[in-house]
Amino acid sequence: MNCQEVIRELNEYLDGELDPTLRKGLEKHLSQCADCDIVVDTTRKTIDLYCNCAPLPLPDDVRERLNRALAAKLGLQNR
Amino acid sequence: MPVHLENEAALVTEAKTGNAEAFATLVHQYDRNIYRVALNITGNREDAEDVLQESFLKAYTNLKRFKGDSRFYTWLVRIAVNESLMRLRKRRSDRSVPLDQPIEMADQEELPREHQSWDPNPEQRYAQRELQEILARELARLEPAFRTVVTLRDLENLSTEETAELLDLSVPAVKSRLLRGRLKLRERLNRYFKQG
Repeated sequence: MNCQEVIRELNEYLDGELDPTLRKGLEKHLSQCADCDIVVDTTRKTIDLYCNCAPLPLPDDVRERLNRALAAKLGLQNR
Repeated sequence: MPVHLENEAALVTEAKTGNAEAFATLVHQYDRNIYRVALNITGNREDAEDVLQESFLKAYTNLKRFKGDSRFYTWLVRIAVNESLMRLRKRRSDRSVPLDQPIEMADQEELPREHQSWDPNPEQRYAQRELQEILARELARLEPAFRTVVTLRDLENLSTEETAELLDLSVPAVKSRLLRGRLKLRERLNRYFKQG
């Protein structure tokens, strides 16, 4: 497997969906290519950062207007 | 993806009987996530706020149709995605790449340029709020076609097939956009997390 093929298979590899034979070839390439090894590692970290990232708090004015809209339609008290 | 309430199923059952307080608890649990989905797809705060309100109002109105085949949250996300796409398509002046337009990728473009190692635990380099802001800012800078797919796959944990169905894209198109989106984010995050 060459560098271009590693990038092509990157998603399947990181998502654990790569065919075992291809995975073996990809990991062999990573053991010999420092650049690809870094790309795979930092892409994995990028995905992990986004997967684990909680959303920012709702802006106060947005929450207030949401509560008002719900209160008007559903007869809820503002929370 | 948010932390799910342990009593979510019970709250949904209550809300179906017209218990507005039960529904309000569900809203409070998921409003930040739904707003983020809407903001990431529309790229516009005003539209995102409209989508947020409309999604919860629609969910309440249509709650009896929710059969429990998926999580309530997944059902809610689908409503929010559809609402967001409707808003996006209404904005004819939007000059960005339409979500359903094919995106060709040149071979050379595929190869990443940054080859610097990151901290072993990059999330520890910044305070939580600062990290949230960095990730949100860099995701917002991605083209809508990539940002939407990354949002649904990596932030909301939808499957490739679900993402393809919601966005009316082929599975290969979703995979290609996800790859490009992830690689672009990696390049952009490099300056925050590289070692040395």
